[in-house]
Amino acid sequence: MGSIFQGFGKALSLILHLDAELIGIILLSLKVSGAALAVSIIAGLPLSALLGFKKFPLRGLLISILNTFMGLPPVVVGLFVYLLLSRSGPLGFMSLLYTPAAMIVAQSILAFPIVTSLSHSAISTVDPIIKQASITLGATPVQVSLTVISEARYGIMSAVIAAFGRVMAEVGAILIVGGNIAGFTRVMTTTIAMETDRGNFELALALGIILLGISLLINFALHFVQRKGTVRGR
Amino acid sequence: MGLQLRISDVWKSYDGCPILQGTSFTFDASGVYVLMGDNGTGKSTFLRICALLEKQDRGTVSYLSDGQVLPHDIALRRRVTLVLPKIGIFNKTVFDNVAYGLKLRGFEKEAVRDRVEKAVDFVGLRPKMKQPALTLSSGETQRMGIARALAINPEMLFLDEPAAFVDVKNRDIIEEVIVNLGREGETTVVLTTHDRAQAGRLSERLMVLENGLIRAD
Repeated sequence: MGSIFQGFGKALSLILHLDAELIGIILLSLKVSGAALAVSIIAGLPLSALLGFKKFPLRGLLISILNTFMGLPPVVVGLFVYLLLSRSGPLGFMSLLYTPAAMIVAQSILAFPIVTSLSHSAISTVDPIIKQASITLGATPVQVSLTVISEARYGIMSAVIAAFGRVMAEVGAILIVGGNIAGFTRVMTTTIAMETDRGNFELALALGIILLGISLLINFALHFVQRKGTVRGR
Repeated sequence: MGLQLRISDVWKSYDGCPILQGTSFTFDASGVYVLMGDNGTGKSTFLRICALLEKQDRGTVSYLSDGQVLPHDIALRRRVTLVLPKIGIFNKTVFDNVAYGLKLRGFEKEAVRDRVEKAVDFVGLRPKMKQPALTLSSGETQRMGIARALAINPEMLFLDEPAAFVDVKNRDIIEEVIVNLGREGETTVVLTTHDRAQAGRLSERLMVLENGLIRAD
């Protein structure tokens, strides 16, 4: 029990003194997760809009697959990306394995179904009367779609925040494809796992506290967004 | 010269159940028309077809200007509008709701403000302009729906049961707005109601929808 309190003390001191190694690890975590989130938004939002507005063959199957993939096990994604990027894999020539780029690929795969599926859900739950109202007021088909997306904005923001929470807390996939190389691919979650293995709890706890802090911020943001979006009326 | 609307032999059914059965009517380019009928007789369907929101199974819906039949394109759709019974509130302020149609048309910021202010004044909603639209009462919501339509200066305005679910005070305000629109004569107003007394108060030209057919009363 004492070592836990000692660990907390050391952790707080590391945070307060802005330890350079710690800052490097935090920044890389934010960079990798931020980039993965950007990729998943760029790919996922148009797809969620397509699923929301167009009927096409196998649409239902695609929605089911995306819903299923929201719960993808990170180690399976890590293994899949590893096999793709390893020297003998189809994308081995790109030499991306054990680089931040490989970590971004893995995290994008994890974030993409969350962004797409939850955004699609937000778009399809917009009251159909909104679409009709915008048509009666003279909207073109593109303007109608943009209006519906705008009405789903709080749900879409929640989807993005949920995906960010998922990738920030993820360890299995990035450990496999990033390799946890100090100063290069070492991020918060992989460091926590490694330092815990070594019995070096101070840094692990410090990072744990910061990770929790970031998660708390994300949840505050989510709560704020949802509250703002739930003005109820007729 | 305003728009004239000619409905010829229009048929519409849902799941094999006939609603409109070869109805015909011509709306001139001004005045207040009131379409009466019991619930379920097809008044809303008729209005939605007139406003080009829904397609008829058979028959023709022709808008004419200077005797020329106009194509059913976006330019025409922007000259007519329909206020639905549940108006479809955008999760924005009253101002942004009323400004919606103007922004779609690419109006400058100043022109948007002027037109919105004029429209909210017309329905008595100026004090609520900055309020989230979802927090309005039922009556205020209906008035906002009318203001949203008026802001775009439609040549033909369809109102589907505009005062069906509102209190007497709001009903009176809405009726006054309709009467004033009729007086100004720039917009043809076509509204539905199942309230005979209201029809009597508002109507210059009364129509009744019965058994899928419209007849002038």
